[in-house]
Amino acid sequence: MKHKTLKHSGNKQWKYLIMSVCSIVTFLLVWEVCTDVLHLTTPTTLPSPVRVFSTFIDKFTNTKPDGATLQVHTLESMKVALSGYFIGVVIGVPLGIAMAWFKPVDYFVTPLFDLLRPVPGIAWLPVMIVLFGIGLLSKAMVIFLSAFIACVINSYSGIKNTKPVHLWVGQTFGASNLQLLFKIAIPTALPMIFTGLKVALGASWNALIAAELLAATKGLGFMINQARGIYRPDVILVGMIAVGITGAILGAVIDALQKVFIKRRR
Amino acid sequence: MSKVIECKNISKTFESVNGDFQVIGDISIEADQNEILVLFGPGQCGKTTLLKVIAGLEPATSGTIHINGKEKTKPGPECGLVYQTTALFPWLTTMGNVEYGPKVQGVPKKERRARAQKYIDLVGLTGFEKSYPIQLSGGMRQRVGIARVYCNEPEVMLMDEPFGHLDAQTRYLMQEELERIWQTEKRTIIFVTNNIEEALYLADRVLVMTNCPATIKKEFKIDLPRPRDYTDPEFLRLRQEITSIVDPAE
Repeated sequence: MKHKTLKHSGNKQWKYLIMSVCSIVTFLLVWEVCTDVLHLTTPTTLPSPVRVFSTFIDKFTNTKPDGATLQVHTLESMKVALSGYFIGVVIGVPLGIAMAWFKPVDYFVTPLFDLLRPVPGIAWLPVMIVLFGIGLLSKAMVIFLSAFIACVINSYSGIKNTKPVHLWVGQTFGASNLQLLFKIAIPTALPMIFTGLKVALGASWNALIAAELLAATKGLGFMINQARGIYRPDVILVGMIAVGITGAILGAVIDALQKVFIKRRR
Repeated sequence: MSKVIECKNISKTFESVNGDFQVIGDISIEADQNEILVLFGPGQCGKTTLLKVIAGLEPATSGTIHINGKEKTKPGPECGLVYQTTALFPWLTTMGNVEYGPKVQGVPKKERRARAQKYIDLVGLTGFEKSYPIQLSGGMRQRVGIARVYCNEPEVMLMDEPFGHLDAQTRYLMQEELERIWQTEKRTIIFVTNNIEEALYLADRVLVMTNCPATIKKEFKIDLPRPRDYTDPEFLRLRQEITSIVDPAE
């Protein structure tokens, strides 16, 4: 009986996998038919998937038309995004924790933070360009702000989620305030903190591409923007695919870290 | 005989915008060494609040608490609590939960591991040291809760309806288990319940409490031999007598 149900669920999983593959294949087929077969659009507005794929492979070695290969652009983008992201995490997570745990910090920082919060990170770009030019620093600052806000919010609510009964246990065991924070509140908040890290990573990546579209000399956003200027939609699409893949890989790294740090729980 | 715990004239009033609300009205209780004292009362009569006051988690509006002669003003390791709902740390294993108290106290790893293992064995969870709370049944979780309090070696153990959320079968089993554990390692226990069978099965003394504000209505000394029989005529007579004087729950 048990064996049968197992087999059944295995069958179901196969079905779902086939359906997922079908959806992607259908999408690519419709795209191909509209472009290469029926020629509904010109290659300068929408290139065929085959063309995009060949450009994608070609971009690994070809520096034209934007001055660098795909991997150079990707690395440049990652460098900027990760530097801003790390500063955001290193400052944002402890600040969020401190705001949630220590009342004076909360009262002092929260009004200022609430003022900053609704301003999208990318809205800071003009200010940053005026202050720091169009180099790494201005973009890193924009990304820092985007990541920082997500980290603070999630760490804050994670700590606030601590169950009173867990704190009572700690107190009746004679734990000090700092022991309560490090041994009870932070372990409670860890899943939320990781959610914050993921949201912040997404926000950083978004902010980066937006920033590069406006102010850059290298990077995926820059590559996309250059391609737009010279009617190379295939390069634009290659850029978008690279943005998507890199973002997904970075997200997967955080997921893997989360699995290592957060053990079984309810 | 010296008293392990002495609470004198405790009262507790919560202040709110809608006026003051008295939960506990002038209660004095004391317990001897290794005695099981059961506080028995209707539904929401302030028993949990009383335990929190005794544990130092809620300041009393008036009155004093002394444990082995020392006045208690804040929560500390001399009072351990077993809670109604599962209060285990979900990110720690059975071992991690049980050794938590000594760890906070700074007991060296080897010593606290040995101590934790002893109490894990005592509550019958040998082999489940590495399980997380989510992998355990309700009864097993409360066993971990009991081992955790034992392991911290408090002078008084407070138990706040620890079996209230278990199904009837498991509840009987856990009452017998607590009796066995206590017979092996005797401690002073203040046990709160609204279940008369549980009260009579475990108690050396039962304090019947009134409805809110909680006061002590009557004290019963239970001299039946242990382990007790739920169907013993004397057991049933006491059950009848106590039930007849309890206030109806609101």
